[in-house]
Amino acid sequence: MKELALEALDCALRRGVSYADVRVIESRERELSTKNGRPGNVSSGESQGLGIRVLAEGCWGFAATDDLSKPGVETAAQLAVGIARASALAKKRDVALAPEDKYEVTWASPCRIDPFSVSVEEQLSLLLAVDAELRRNPGITLAQTAMAFHRSRQVFVSSLGSVIDQTRTSSGAGFEALSFREDEIQKRSYPNSFGGQYQLRGYELIGELALLEHAPRVAEQAVALHAADQCPEGRFDLILDGSQLALQVHESIGHPIELDRVLGSEANYAGMSFLTLDKLNKLRYGSEIVNAVCDARLEHGPGLGTFAFDDEGVPAQSADIIRNGQFVGYMTSRETAAAIGQARSNGTMRATSWARLPLIRMTNVSLLPGDETLEDVFGGVSRAIYMETNRSWSIDDKRYNFQFGCEIAWEIRDGQRVRMLKNPTYSGITTEFWNSCEAIANRDHWVLWGVPNCGKGQPEQVIGTGHGASPARFRNIAIGAAYGG
Amino acid sequence: MAVERTAGSLPDLDRCRDLFGAVQAAARSLGVSDVEALFAAHRDALTRFANNTIHQNVAEQAQWLSVRVLIDQRTARATTNRFDAHSIRSAVEQAAALAKSVASDPNLLALAEPEALPDVARYDQATAEATPEDRARAVTEAIRVVESAGQTAAGIYSTGQTFEALLNSRGVSVCHQETLAQFSITAMAQDSSGWAKASAVARDAFDAVELARCASDKARLSRNPREIPPGRYSVVLEPAAVLDLVGQMFGDFSATALEDKRSFLTGRLGSKLFGGNIHISDDVRHPLQAGVPFDGEGVPRQKLTLVEAGVPRQVTYARGSARRAGVAPTGHGFPLPNEIGEAPLNIVMAGGDTPVGQMIAAMDRGVLVTRLWYIREVDPYEKIMTGMTRDGTFLIENGRIVCGLRNFRFNQGIIELLNNVEALSPAVRASGEEAFDMVVPAMQAREFHFTEVTRF
Repeated sequence: MKELALEALDCALRRGVSYADVRVIESRERELSTKNGRPGNVSSGESQGLGIRVLAEGCWGFAATDDLSKPGVETAAQLAVGIARASALAKKRDVALAPEDKYEVTWASPCRIDPFSVSVEEQLSLLLAVDAELRRNPGITLAQTAMAFHRSRQVFVSSLGSVIDQTRTSSGAGFEALSFREDEIQKRSYPNSFGGQYQLRGYELIGELALLEHAPRVAEQAVALHAADQCPEGRFDLILDGSQLALQVHESIGHPIELDRVLGSEANYAGMSFLTLDKLNKLRYGSEIVNAVCDARLEHGPGLGTFAFDDEGVPAQSADIIRNGQFVGYMTSRETAAAIGQARSNGTMRATSWARLPLIRMTNVSLLPGDETLEDVFGGVSRAIYMETNRSWSIDDKRYNFQFGCEIAWEIRDGQRVRMLKNPTYSGITTEFWNSCEAIANRDHWVLWGVPNCGKGQPEQVIGTGHGASPARFRNIAIGAAYGG
Repeated sequence: MAVERTAGSLPDLDRCRDLFGAVQAAARSLGVSDVEALFAAHRDALTRFANNTIHQNVAEQAQWLSVRVLIDQRTARATTNRFDAHSIRSAVEQAAALAKSVASDPNLLALAEPEALPDVARYDQATAEATPEDRARAVTEAIRVVESAGQTAAGIYSTGQTFEALLNSRGVSVCHQETLAQFSITAMAQDSSGWAKASAVARDAFDAVELARCASDKARLSRNPREIPPGRYSVVLEPAAVLDLVGQMFGDFSATALEDKRSFLTGRLGSKLFGGNIHISDDVRHPLQAGVPFDGEGVPRQKLTLVEAGVPRQVTYARGSARRAGVAPTGHGFPLPNEIGEAPLNIVMAGGDTPVGQMIAAMDRGVLVTRLWYIREVDPYEKIMTGMTRDGTFLIENGRIVCGLRNFRFNQGIIELLNNVEALSPAVRASGEEAFDMVVPAMQAREFHFTEVTRF
């Protein structure tokens, strides 16, 4: 792979470019699912290819191919350079990059049990056991389970002289139980909705999720929701579980801090950001107890945004985003860091495959744990609504107004669950919401969640991101508007 | 056997037949006789612009071979993008190994038999051969329109071609090739924005400069936006807004979704559900449609009447769900094995004869919506969707547009919306970002539920 990458780099450099990098990637995946006692998707895939990114005449060009023959690589390099020169037809100024060092590194993410070494029979057997356990509850009308494993080896080379060989292995699993009755569909998922929990780990993650043990409770809750009271509409104190809060962080902190959005790169599609440059170090993003970081280092945890180097050869870093409620940092690339006068990228450029251009993507954007016990979070007010597990999510294109729905809620009185509530939703304005944060549970309850389906870019790239969060409480939040009126 | 590849070329059916010979030989050597191969290839380029300059400009070429085997009522799939003899054999071996790991399914059907396909021609040579310079020139002209209005442009111009073939050991041998061009532009003024988008088989079917003028005019007309309180308003939804909202319901027109009781049509098929002016079909042959005329098992797509005068009539069937229901498959199944079954992909919603201008002229007070954004399902059975307006939201009073508005969040049931439609424009091919392209009209509807206002 290294020889191929260097050959492709040489093809680009011979054409007189000012900068070039090449990513050669081999990837492998396995996807398994079941539905109502039968196998669903049972498939595997392998892919190899390379992407060549060049700067010529001050403009970017990128071409990707899976034709790894000499003529195929030559054609791709020629196309990348031709595209860069065509870009110059609409050039306003030359692209400038923040400086970066040269690295020669080989790195692999920790993986105690190789998921591809575990037999498909064993994996399907676990999923079918969970599926059967869910359907033991006669109220369950649809049981679905899934597992997914992915491994990619990427060799990155650049005209700076870097040669970076990284292998990342991720695993994920989860299940959901649906119950249809009369005029209502209710659903519960575990350990999270939309596929479950994903991390940069091996098969050891699957065992720790204890899927089978949780199946009866999840099925029972899905059925019980039919008889639960409708979540009331009004303003209430709100407690969110860690998985829902992780998605809240993703949407209302992670996306707004992408500096390419701030600078307009995504204006036609994903949108821009309310975090204009004048707000850096000035905006009170949240209350004093709100601290958030963007951290791709393994020390932060094995998240879907964990790596050793990003996809333009910048080392993994931890950057403060919100410090004691104050907005203090963006996620940057070499180009965007230079554009706002910062000395160095904080290393967040990632691509979904060899075929796509690296973009600024969330690494692990996490809300740091607070000091409170779980009892403090739930018991700190006389009345609150506690919501668990995401069901719907939406936010405007500048990341001000959001609305989330959850699968289940409970009314909390003096720290105790007093009644189950169905169809809970809440909404708000990003900074008002984070400034209303009153309590965050401590590290004992902090989990690094994986969001496997973050979309951005044209052509769109769907990538996995990591978000650490523990349960937290928010004051006087608008609840229930989605079903109101 | 290895098959030579010419740099930059997409495969054709003859080449796929050669490759399928290699797939069958590998399968036979493993004692597997029932095998299906899906070949896909594409060559796409996308020129992206923002801040009145091209900032990302990319091209990609890729191909896949996806092999499915059937062994003793078991099936599984393996995919590779390497077409050499070793990789093809490896894919077949992996599919066979996976299949042997799966429990026997007595309901699993044998591979499909050959059938005649609908005749669709969707290839435009000029679009296939578009160069980076062609795209850059069109983008430069579009930027000039927006920039000359004192605004900032962002958008994309993409051109590409795709090839897809499906062959199986029972004689199915079908392929489809098409081109697609897309142009999308957002014009941004100080406190407002406008948007326009088009897609077509041929790049000369739309005019980038005209789209730029449309986006720029919307940005100009919506400057200094007013805030009005949330509530229920009459609306005029432009085609892209109709597409992105109504488009969220078509995954439920699926026999498998009905079996699973996850469709909002559960218990409602054949009953009057929408207004009598709602007629929707799925028609791969429609001249404004795009896409493959066969499904994931090679079954030809049939034209379906999904909604007739407000009554949901037909749903899609893959071969498996059709067998279970005792009906004929409709050609809408996804590649097997999968858990979701099938869905319509060529939606045509019948239009009316009321142009958007006439809808506005007839409205005392209401809201004109260019585009909707970040639409997600709040309630799966009432089909309540939430989302935002974006890039051109206007107040209509006394039959004319009076100003731009700050954007709303909506929580709107699709069933309710399709009972409140008062007028429809002629249908057009619409392109948004929340649903795949469809043929839909603009729509005038009453009591659209805006629940909150954002800050811009």
